[in-house]
Amino acid sequence: MAEIGFSQVKKRYGGTQVIHGIDMQISDGEFIVIVGPSGCGKSTLLRMVAGLEAISEGEISIGGQVVNDLEPKDRNIALVFQNYALYPHMSVYDNMAYGLKIAKLSRPEIEERVQQAAKMLELAHLLERKPRQLSGGQRQRVAMGRAIVRDPGTFLFDEPLSNLDAKLRVQMRLEIKQLQRSLGTTSLYVTHDQVEAMTLADRLIVMNAGVAEQIDTPMAIYDRPASRFVAGFIGSPAMNFLAGRVGEGGRELRLEQGMPLRSGSLNLGNLAGQPVTVGVRPEHLQVVAEEDAEMHLQVRLVETLGADSLAHGHLVPAEEQPNGTPEDILTLRLPGVARIAEGDRLPLRAAEESLHLFDRESGWRLADV
Amino acid sequence: MIEHRPWLVWLSHGVLLLGVLIVAFPIWIAFVASTHAASDLASGVTPLLPGGYLFENYARALGSGHEASGAVPVSLMMWNSLVMALAIAIGKIAISLLSAYAIVYFRFPFRMLCFWTIFVTLMLPVEVRILPTFEVVADLGLLNSYAGLSVPLIASATATFLFRQFFLTVPDELVEAARIDGAGPLRFFKDVLLPLSRTNIAALFVILFIYGWNQYLWPLLITTDESFYTIVMGIQRMVTVADAEPQWPLIMATTMLAMIPPVFVVVAMQRLFVKGLVETEK
Ligand SMILES: Nc1ncnc2c1ncn2[C@@H]1O[C@H](COP(=O)(O)OP(=O)(O)OP(=O)(O)O)[C@@H](O)[C@H]1O
Ligand SMILES: [Mg+2]
Repeated sequence: MAEIGFSQVKKRYGGTQVIHGIDMQISDGEFIVIVGPSGCGKSTLLRMVAGLEAISEGEISIGGQVVNDLEPKDRNIALVFQNYALYPHMSVYDNMAYGLKIAKLSRPEIEERVQQAAKMLELAHLLERKPRQLSGGQRQRVAMGRAIVRDPGTFLFDEPLSNLDAKLRVQMRLEIKQLQRSLGTTSLYVTHDQVEAMTLADRLIVMNAGVAEQIDTPMAIYDRPASRFVAGFIGSPAMNFLAGRVGEGGRELRLEQGMPLRSGSLNLGNLAGQPVTVGVRPEHLQVVAEEDAEMHLQVRLVETLGADSLAHGHLVPAEEQPNGTPEDILTLRLPGVARIAEGDRLPLRAAEESLHLFDRESGWRLADV
Repeated sequence: MIEHRPWLVWLSHGVLLLGVLIVAFPIWIAFVASTHAASDLASGVTPLLPGGYLFENYARALGSGHEASGAVPVSLMMWNSLVMALAIAIGKIAISLLSAYAIVYFRFPFRMLCFWTIFVTLMLPVEVRILPTFEVVADLGLLNSYAGLSVPLIASATATFLFRQFFLTVPDELVEAARIDGAGPLRFFKDVLLPLSRTNIAALFVILFIYGWNQYLWPLLITTDESFYTIVMGIQRMVTVADAEPQWPLIMATTMLAMIPPVFVVVAMQRLFVKGLVETEK
């Protein structure tokens, strides 16, 4: 059983603080993915759980026991490293068995556990090989095997797939998910790949500069991002952000470029007159008839991906203003092969309930319209 | 490498052959000289073909030794040299492995000071500190003993430094993986670091064995008892005998015998070297 609890967990390296107080409860068997840009403190957080990094302030508990002062081996965890960290001079079998040997398990027991894990990971025919005689994907599997044989309460993964090629990554992603399902082991998984994050997670922690900006299920984060940062980080291609302003009385929303959005029907009284950032996902913009249009996209570049097409361009201002601000860049995503060409001017409308309003200053979410 | 001009091939092979000849010729002469009777060599003209006294000369060298220089049998001197060279090589490797391990993996007060102190001793080889070292060894009563022959030569900055550099290239993740597997510091050292250092250890062993075998000045200073003479100093004593002709066949036989152990070590360890070069284990 391994519930994990974080309470006001902070990390300082000398004078610089890199984790600014994380609070969270993870229940047994949950698959939690920590996602965020490079340097935001994902690995640091994971390594504090593993016991490889001291906790500067706050408490981490595993299975109800505060582990701040426990050695890694006493935390009932297993860590899968980004570059596998297999012992180069040991065979695959010995790599998996090493921890068990130290734990003084009996020989037959070790044999049984290793064989079972090897079967699960399809490594049975490779047990005599040395790590250098394996492909990247096989090494990854051995690293997983080393974690599995210990039968830990918690799996920790630090970007385990980032050294693999795209195809293998997808395959291993599925395998990890299935494995975790069948073992039911609590897992903490660090990645900067948002597809991995969305597909694997029961719940997602989106981190930015040492702060957990949002902790929720992937779909909740996609539908209701808590901040402009989260909105821009989750979802591909990234959400469009346009500068806007709520009208007097909170009844209407206007882009700074002049176009009214959702005129008349709004109820944003508390935000009246406030400058906002309007976020809209590329897949929520629809090409409509000229008279229904809320805005126009001047297409500069079309990317055809097969299943869908992306049109990149910029917002056409209401009255022809010469130079736009950088915020008026717009991407549109259309299903299938779209009949758009560079230079087109498309009338667009955002789908119902798909506009997200963020505070222009702080970036935190204000409302949905 | 890319060009295949026949004359270039001939030329380069010619140069290589010449090099081999230059190196090998003195050894051949020494071998030839060790197979003749002393009187054959007294004329001053060294023959180029082996004579008929091979077994006789070698048996005499190994068995009874050179009467005029104390009749220490070569076999005893070789044994002394072997003990000394092995003690130095093994001792140096063991001590430098441990000190490098401490310096790289443990945080203790004055760590860098320790490292630099060790490093600075690079500038103080035996020859420089020979008088104070002699004094210390004499006061400890280690003259004429194997300990006196080897212990003062064991401390080694070079090997410590080499192992330190190697340990620094071992990825941190390996240390962390071992910690998670529950391996304590000594276990990690024994199960992970030592096997990874195998080829480094082999290379150093060869170098240090030959270093120990070739020691001349130090054994000369601290041994007065013939039963602790080493072979390299022994050869020299044979040449500078008083009141007698140097027994050249015996001296040459001794020289040939003195060459065997280093050659053996190099040949035996060569496989490990090559293996270490071919496999990259990290
Ligand atoms: N030993 C250290 N000393 C000082 N600062 C450190 C140390 N280790 C990490 N940091 C800093 O802590 C911050 C978080 O690092 P961390 O490795 O957790 O990032 P990350 O989110 O895992 O990034 P990536 O995706 O690139 O792996 C970074 O700004 C980094 O510079
Ligand atoms: Mg990281």
